[in-house]
Amino acid sequence: MSKTAIISAKDVDVFYGEKQALNKINLDIPENKVTSLIGPSGCGKSTFLRSINRMNDLVDICRVEGSITIKGQDIYAPEVDVVALRAKVGMVFQKPNPFPKSIYENVAYGPKIHGLAKSKTDMDELVEWSLIKAGLWKEVKDRLDQPGTGLSGGQQQRLCIARTIAVKPQVVLMDEPCSALDPIATAIIEELIDELRNNFTIVIVTHSMQQAARVSQRTAFFHLGELVESGATKSIFTSPEDERTQNYIMGRIG
Amino acid sequence: MANSDSATIDLVHSQRKKGYELFVMGVLILCSLVAVAVTVGIVLSLLFEAFRFFERIPLTEFLFGTQWSPQTALRADQVAAEGAFGAVPLITGTLLISFIAMCVATPLGLLSAIYLSEYASKRSRNLIKPALEILAGIPTVVYGFFAALTVAPLLRAGGESVGLDVSSESALAAGLVMGMMIIPLISSLSDDVINAVPQAMRDASLGMGATHSETIRKVVLPSAVPGIAGSLLLAASRAIGETMIVVMAAGLAANLTANPLEAVTTITAQIVALLTGDQEFDSAKTLSAFALGLVLFVTTLVLNVVALRIVRKYQEQYD
Amino acid sequence: MTDFITPSSQLKTRKSAEKRFQWYGRGAIIASLVFLVVMVGSILYKGSGAFTTTDVAIVVDLGPEAVDPANPQDARFEKIVKDALKARFPEATKRADRRKLYGLVSNDAGFELERFVLANPDKLGGEVRVWFRASDDFDILLKGTVDRTVDESERRLSDQEIGWIDTLLADGDVKRGFNWSFFTNGDSREPELAGILSALVGSALTLLVCFCFSFPVGILAAIYLEEFAPKNRFSDIIEVNINNLAAVPSIVFGLLGLSMLLNTFGMPRSSPLVGGLVLSLMTLPTIIIAARASLRAVPPSIREAALGMGASPVQATFHHVAPLALPGIMTGTIVGMAQALGETAPLLMIGMVAFIVDVPQSILEPATALPVQIFLWADAPERAFLEKTSAAIIVLLLFLITMNLLAIVLRRRFEKRF
Ligand SMILES: Nc1ncnc2c1ncn2[C@@H]1O[C@H](COP(=O)(O)OP(=O)(O)OP(=O)(O)O)[C@@H](O)[C@H]1O
Ligand SMILES: [Mg+2]
Repeated sequence: MSKTAIISAKDVDVFYGEKQALNKINLDIPENKVTSLIGPSGCGKSTFLRSINRMNDLVDICRVEGSITIKGQDIYAPEVDVVALRAKVGMVFQKPNPFPKSIYENVAYGPKIHGLAKSKTDMDELVEWSLIKAGLWKEVKDRLDQPGTGLSGGQQQRLCIARTIAVKPQVVLMDEPCSALDPIATAIIEELIDELRNNFTIVIVTHSMQQAARVSQRTAFFHLGELVESGATKSIFTSPEDERTQNYIMGRIG
Repeated sequence: MANSDSATIDLVHSQRKKGYELFVMGVLILCSLVAVAVTVGIVLSLLFEAFRFFERIPLTEFLFGTQWSPQTALRADQVAAEGAFGAVPLITGTLLISFIAMCVATPLGLLSAIYLSEYASKRSRNLIKPALEILAGIPTVVYGFFAALTVAPLLRAGGESVGLDVSSESALAAGLVMGMMIIPLISSLSDDVINAVPQAMRDASLGMGATHSETIRKVVLPSAVPGIAGSLLLAASRAIGETMIVVMAAGLAANLTANPLEAVTTITAQIVALLTGDQEFDSAKTLSAFALGLVLFVTTLVLNVVALRIVRKYQEQYD
Repeated sequence: MTDFITPSSQLKTRKSAEKRFQWYGRGAIIASLVFLVVMVGSILYKGSGAFTTTDVAIVVDLGPEAVDPANPQDARFEKIVKDALKARFPEATKRADRRKLYGLVSNDAGFELERFVLANPDKLGGEVRVWFRASDDFDILLKGTVDRTVDESERRLSDQEIGWIDTLLADGDVKRGFNWSFFTNGDSREPELAGILSALVGSALTLLVCFCFSFPVGILAAIYLEEFAPKNRFSDIIEVNINNLAAVPSIVFGLLGLSMLLNTFGMPRSSPLVGGLVLSLMTLPTIIIAARASLRAVPPSIREAALGMGASPVQATFHHVAPLALPGIMTGTIVGMAQALGETAPLLMIGMVAFIVDVPQSILEPATALPVQIFLWADAPERAFLEKTSAAIIVLLLFLITMNLLAIVLRRRFEKRF
């Protein structure tokens, strides 16, 4: 385990019923860096990501074996409260999914349930901080009371990011956060991710090689439920060790 | 700022109030148990009161007796103080009226469903379906009023003019009106069933040069038969349990007859007659209402369970 | 060679069979709709008369001999009315004729006069022209339901009575107006005075109890079954149970209410409390089924969003999912309440069939409900009650239409395609 690793997965197997979706995954994720997970469709990237904040618990037939630790604590230990875990490990989803409430309430919801703001002014400041961090403040500061669902797709996704970071998590997981957006909105979000890495550890699943290369410092390549190769993004893209990685990067595995 | 200063993070303690959430879950489970409690309550109270009835009147007399006159004696020492409790005329009366109702509702309901699902344009479907559903939304006391004060006198007058003696509380009047009431039930259930038949089966038949109606009769309906049977069973159960129409239009004469022009009475009408007005709670007369209620409950339950089974099997077949 | 163009005779018969089959379907729909129109139409026709009413003006003597100004309540009001009628038509001298004469006004005319005097003490001291409610036969004559040409012996009104009425009409002593008292009076043995207020209030109280019980219990049960229940035997049992409960005859619920609520728990007989509880048990399955459907329609992304930021399942459900499902749940509830409003049989079982004149003041007092009032009036022998029954049905149907329209509007308004 490297000294700066915040998350480390050891021999992680994930099953959906009989079917094994992940096989013996060992991966360290360094603190305050962007790590991207790449690989062909169905190889288990989302499954791995959702194991990190236990969103997989929602799937009845899903079973996780092995250990995943955050700062040394096993997140599947019986005394762990998933609610506390998810407050520390936030998640941004593929399709923007703001609550059908006002922009303000969207951002304030997390701090409210986790008791992070003592007063109304505290809350106002926190909402403003989150929206600024998410690069949305300028666009929405005059219409905080309007529904979040009325924003454009790219704005909605940034609202979801603001909502996630308002809870001040340690880690932000992003599952193809740009796949529903146009290139301009994508570029804005990519810039944002680069900004956020100063405060948060980010794990991002992406199908775009260029995106992985642009935003991440570390890259892990999955294939058919296995972790084929992981390391510094530069070296993965310039000199992959495994033939499968090479083929994928060259566009030979879909 | 968020994480640089904290060496470890707390994954065990959260702001959620665990006790409160357990309490909420408890309340939720309790609420969903109410439905079960109601069923248990119905079964227990019917069984308990019916049991007390059968302590006085033997079960065989109740089930096979053909005489129903539950008058309680005026004086305690009077002979035959308990009256007669043979439920056969009530059961046949119930079946007669339900049979008439089904004879009216089955063709009308089925043909409506076929027309709506196979022929009607989307627009007329959107108009006709809600219109038919109005029939289902009208309270049964209104049907009862109409049956007793409009249909029954009409039938009587019509019968007179052709020399037939129609009772003013004939089974026919109640049955006809009840049939109208259950048309929407049959048509909407059958509509769903017919719609579930895969389009590919129709295409196959039409592709062989069959006309639309031939396709419906030879291909669609035969494969929809189980589902339609299920919906007819549900409708029959509804007819058997219907109360207000028969209370108002069928009367209380416990005749053992199959003639729809005569007056008959039904299980539900008798329950109402026995339990409205003054009643001593321990008399056989009052308790007999619960025995009748038990018969009614068991009959409709069996019909429903069988019907729901059939419908579900049928739906799975095309899933 | 086959000829594709000219249809063979066999094909023609098949074509006409097709046509016939379509007409069977149309015929069935037309028959059902005609029945609906005839039933509703006949009730509208019969009931519309009940919304107008007839009053007669009679000059009564309220002089000091008849009414003592110090103690006006002790006067013999009924006699005053009778004397006034005798003075108006002195030709009626025989006992039988007098009785007919008194029958021009409602049997309660004495009470009406008493109420008038107590309300207007300044009118005492002389002759005063007072309006009285006309009797039901009088009213029906004016509505044209009585055929004047049939033989006198077959009519409810004799030629003499018709003569009096015509005189009153000619003198401008008859007025017709909207029958407000139909909505402001309780039940009465006299059709011209009977109203639906007590039944309406009874229905409202009963529905209130029904709503207060079935709405929360229904929603919470639906939430449990849809959001939390593990897929096991236990939840299967509950599910099957609810489906079967929805098809149990309503009268059986009445039996449950009678034996459990009244006889075991000793709740007050004939009260809206018991009526409402019994109806709520009946509407529960409707509400649960509707609520589950609208919870199911809330997209899973909303749940994921909430859970993903550390909301507990209970918080995710109550903060996000349930509010989104609420319009759908409300729609289902209104439909259930409409069913409950029209329900009669179970209320008969728990004794809500009493003759209730006074408006019930609480959910513990004996009361009746609108459909039960209809049932009671339908049984009454007086011809004028036929009209009242139809009018009460019209009011009931209006309420039901309003509720269902509300449900439709709610559904349209909030029907969101996520
Ligand atoms: N809820 C589930 N139930 C059963 N199997 C599942 C479930 N979710 C995922 N799987 C299976 O697990 C495997 C990995 O799926 P996963 O969604 O993690 O792939 P992915 O790499 O994220 O693919 P994509 O790039 O298409 O999002 C797939 O074979 C998928 O079919
Ligand atoms: Mg994925």
